[in-house]
Amino acid sequence: MSLAELICPAGTPAALRTAVDAGADAVYCGFQDATNARNFPGLNFTPDELAASVAYAHERGTKVLLALNTYPPAGKVDLWYQAADIGARTGVDAFIVADMGVADYIARVHPQVRLHLSVQAAASSPEAIRYYCENFGVKRVVLPRILTIPEIRQIRTEIPCEIETFIFGNHGLMVEGRCSLTNFLTGQSTNMDGVCSPASDVEYVRDADGSMSSQLAGFTIDRFGPEEKAGYPTICKGRYTAPHRPEGYYAFEEPVSLNLSRLLPELIDAGVHAFKIEGRQRSKSYVRGVVRAFRAAVDDIRAGRQANMADLVALTEGQKQTQGAFETKKWR
Amino acid sequence: MAVNDMTKLTLGPVAYHWSAETRRDFYARIADECPVDDVYLGEVICSKRAPFHEPDLPATIERLERAGKRVILSTLAEVMLKRERKATEDLAAMDAPEIEINNAAGLFARGRQPHRIGPFMNAYNEATIGWMAAQGATHVCLPSEMPASAIAVAARAARDLGLGVEVQVFGRISLAVSARCYHARAHGRTKDNCQFVCEEDSDGMPLRTRDDQPILRVNGIQTQSESYMDLLPETPRLVADGVSHLRLMPQAVDMVTVAQIFRDALDRRVSLPEADAHLAALTGDAGLSNGFYHGEAGYRRIAIVTSA
Repeated sequence: MSLAELICPAGTPAALRTAVDAGADAVYCGFQDATNARNFPGLNFTPDELAASVAYAHERGTKVLLALNTYPPAGKVDLWYQAADIGARTGVDAFIVADMGVADYIARVHPQVRLHLSVQAAASSPEAIRYYCENFGVKRVVLPRILTIPEIRQIRTEIPCEIETFIFGNHGLMVEGRCSLTNFLTGQSTNMDGVCSPASDVEYVRDADGSMSSQLAGFTIDRFGPEEKAGYPTICKGRYTAPHRPEGYYAFEEPVSLNLSRLLPELIDAGVHAFKIEGRQRSKSYVRGVVRAFRAAVDDIRAGRQANMADLVALTEGQKQTQGAFETKKWR
Repeated sequence: MAVNDMTKLTLGPVAYHWSAETRRDFYARIADECPVDDVYLGEVICSKRAPFHEPDLPATIERLERAGKRVILSTLAEVMLKRERKATEDLAAMDAPEIEINNAAGLFARGRQPHRIGPFMNAYNEATIGWMAAQGATHVCLPSEMPASAIAVAARAARDLGLGVEVQVFGRISLAVSARCYHARAHGRTKDNCQFVCEEDSDGMPLRTRDDQPILRVNGIQTQSESYMDLLPETPRLVADGVSHLRLMPQAVDMVTVAQIFRDALDRRVSLPEADAHLAALTGDAGLSNGFYHGEAGYRRIAIVTSA
């Protein structure tokens, strides 16, 4: 059985302390710039805040993973190198990377720090994963959310590194690190700027008939009747029309969130080393609730007890949730 | 101008599920009439489609090479299933023609043998391009969303290492790929029982917003731009910045004429405004965009002042 570490989001120093206190084995975070894929206003850490946070976490036996998981555009690579240098000096326990140039730099200049391969690298086969392991000494891969449990079990036998999977939170549909939808509509890039459907471009417009349009950069991503709750205009969760679907439909996916709590025992048995909770943009109370519930469940499973899954399922009560690709390949 | 004369035009791999017959006719015309230097073949989007047109590959390669074209085989962008891993491994084991790799699984299989880096490989910067060159890359196609400033730095780095540098200048832009097939989804099917419904849309399936604005195109697991990328007005700057190859993506328009328009503009036989007007007329309703190049939203059409 694997150790089943719980990897928890920290969008702010306060959220980091909350996650540590709630029982995270590791927290992941990023700097206040384009070097990470949650470059949202009001989120993330200054170098000083990171140093204080690493001290807080390490005193309590919790690891800190630094996300450097965007793709530097040519001419701006130094920003990523400097972030890696600061991280190494601060004593973070691992870097989460996607870009080969950044991975190569860290492997050469900071070989003492562990490298984790971000989901943004989109390594979804044993061969792709081994490429990063053999060339950059990657110790863990964060698997894309597109594999079934039997597929994960199989991959486990063919790679020389640990596996981390997402278990809870936002459920991205597109292959991570290969999506320019946001840049197409807003001019800000997910890969280069760490931005996805940015709040600054969002508008909710009340139409004459009482319905509500949620818009991104002036494009109607979805439209809701007077009785419906208007959702956030994430491009891949919107409703569109197509020649065979004149009524409008979720062309990519419904706005559901991932909840694999019921599959936790199976995933541990399949050899998954670490479980990632998405949500650096979430509040402290959300982080506290989710981390506590998963902490208890993992501890129960590791002790051979029946875990109380009801608490975990209740976390997303009232929201639509999915087990995504993990349960069945019919999802594809 | 001598510099422009050196610039090569390439034809990217067909992204859509065109029937074997359509492809045969298409490539026959490309071989006989089309002023492109390099032609990329092979299925990049969906491994289920490959059996339909792969049997024709040897004859197509032969025909194109006889016409003086350089042929390159492109590998799948998404590699997950057994058949996708096998297809990637088989291509990577070939000695000729050249191959263009679109997934790290292909890099793993290819080792240090020479290869081209495809647009799905995320070669965004000089560090990554330097790493790839050291592993045997001879040529790199930059991601379509890169702005001019980054293209210039990346192109210089690649040229200094002796690599060819390619940028897409025409056709719908690949905006995303997924494990899920959105063509099948639109028809209430799944990827495993899709019945190849994507064959109905030779230029992608249009998605419109609920207030009826055209926005995106679906092509199997791929999501594309509604508008065609058009960097024809920007070609002088691309060439001056060190880009050696300009990629035209096959769309359901007269690609021979598209290539001729670009070639004539590069060779200064036709002025840029005249050439661009011709292109706009040819592509009709599709809409042309160049926003990414100018660091703006990709769908935008930015007017640039061209010097005579």
